[in-house]
Amino acid sequence: MTDAPFETAASFAGLDAARAGRLRSFRIRDGLFRNLTLASALLVLAILGGVILALIIGSSLAFETFGFGFFVTESWNPVTEKFGALSPIYGTLVTSLIAMLIAVPVGLGIAIFLTELCPPVFRRPIGVAIELLAGIPSIIYGIWGLFVFAPMLQSTVQPFLIGTFGHVPVLSTLFAGPPYGIGILTAGLILAIMVLPFVTSISRDVFETVPVVLKEAAYGVGCTRWEVVRRIVIPYTRVGVVGGVMLGLGRALGETMAVTFVIGNAHRISGSVLAPGTTISASIANEFTEAVGDLYTSSLIALGLILFIITFFVLAIARLMLMRLESRAGA
Amino acid sequence: MSLMEPHAHSADHPLYRRRRRKSAIMMTLSLAAALFGIAWLVAILATLLFKGVGGLSLAAFTENTPPPGSEGGLLNAIVGSLIMTAIGVAIGTPVGILAGTYMAEYGKHNRLSTVVRFINDILLSAPSIVVGLFVYEVVVVKMGHFSGIAGALALAIIVVPVVVRTTEDMLNLVPHQLREAASALGLPRSTVIQRIAYKAAQAGIITGVLLAIARVSGETAPLLFTALNNQFWSSNLNAPMASLPVVIFQFALSPYTDWQQLAWTGALIVTFAVLALSIAARILAARSGK
Repeated sequence: MTDAPFETAASFAGLDAARAGRLRSFRIRDGLFRNLTLASALLVLAILGGVILALIIGSSLAFETFGFGFFVTESWNPVTEKFGALSPIYGTLVTSLIAMLIAVPVGLGIAIFLTELCPPVFRRPIGVAIELLAGIPSIIYGIWGLFVFAPMLQSTVQPFLIGTFGHVPVLSTLFAGPPYGIGILTAGLILAIMVLPFVTSISRDVFETVPVVLKEAAYGVGCTRWEVVRRIVIPYTRVGVVGGVMLGLGRALGETMAVTFVIGNAHRISGSVLAPGTTISASIANEFTEAVGDLYTSSLIALGLILFIITFFVLAIARLMLMRLESRAGA
Repeated sequence: MSLMEPHAHSADHPLYRRRRRKSAIMMTLSLAAALFGIAWLVAILATLLFKGVGGLSLAAFTENTPPPGSEGGLLNAIVGSLIMTAIGVAIGTPVGILAGTYMAEYGKHNRLSTVVRFINDILLSAPSIVVGLFVYEVVVVKMGHFSGIAGALALAIIVVPVVVRTTEDMLNLVPHQLREAASALGLPRSTVIQRIAYKAAQAGIITGVLLAIARVSGETAPLLFTALNNQFWSSNLNAPMASLPVVIFQFALSPYTDWQQLAWTGALIVTFAVLALSIAARILAARSGK
């Protein structure tokens, strides 16, 4: 627009000046846009840095007060202001372990069913249904867990566990106590249902990367369907499957709402999985708005920092493994 | 060996029969796993419909959350959720699209993009309650009180990684010839990206935004101590604001039956909205794929 008078002048000098001006405006806009995208990319890093920094600053009071003892103390007493992270850490690890023990075999089973056994007509609808299950907000699992799943466990599964294993050594402590309905086991089972879709959809995706020729060759030498899965598909996709499992584990460790409803929020470590307990995220969700005093708040933020560091490493390992698979697939 | 035992390859050889039996058992187990997985989806949705539909009346959408023991609806929570989601998406989407653009268009193979991609993937599945703590420290403490804007910012932080990921993936699918043809006409790089690459990846980028909306509309943990909750009608971003997920959380754990009923109704509304958004995103993605 600005260079219109030069065009009517039609002199070579004018044209050159016009072109130079237009090129300059192109260059400026180009530079601006490029820097804008660069700044946004850096902002992603800044978010992570900000989160870590804010958590470290917020938790410094708790770590200064309790030192390393914070990690190994079970007591959590707002009245005497003695806080220790041991029981939330324990609860987080045990509920996630229960979740993975169930979700990994079932998730792999569904992925095997979808890639090897399922008639093609049903393959997409079932796959989509599983992925929709992954999209349901965790609070829905929580409310369902509290009102439907926990009472069901209380009246059926838990009395059965207590009755069956009550006199077996070791197992009797694991399944000791009255059936509350809510507790560590219930939280672990709800987490298993939540994590299942993640494990399933990633395993299915990596199973589909197995070259068809490999499978056909195995069938050609007389392998059964299971042998093809066991000897060809799983070895070929091992890295990706482990990556998917770790991704699910990352979700389970950090999951808040579904657990908060059904864990019972008791800061103590019990040998029985039927007893109420707490996890890091459930403690923060339940207590943060009611926490009075700087030390209480700071201790909860310290829990948040511990959770973030644990999940960061689990997710980082997951991503590295999946990236290794991608680079192999690309090569 | 096989020469001496001519029947070694026949279908009813004991070894082969055992292998086939084992295969059949494992395949039955995988079928059972699939039925097991789908049973949970059906069980959850059925409960939700069964318990939620009863409370689905006009009042649920036109009245505010009641004090215990009286009639009411979820209007202030629904509006609060819509306001905070809209602001969160409005802030998070441009940042996400621009960052995705940098990684796909400018720094495709450089080290910065690799690092950002890695960090972004971690943020994608990082615990959302930690985001709430971060915004609490940075915004709520500085402002001195809980507020709707703090909730919106927490949601924006959750939107960014989802949009970054889909934008980068979708821009990578745009054929190079399109960019080369546009560059050959003398268009500057930024114009090629804005007019050609964005246009070609449009449907995919919108899919990503829809998925991000679906993700944040059910988020509870990051709102608990940023937006807090509000028993009354409020559109003031500088004051605590109600949201559907937080109201569900509070009402479900209350001892009052009418509050619990409202929690179920709210859960049904949230689930329906999230499923509708993810199905819409899926349809859009499938259509653009053709």
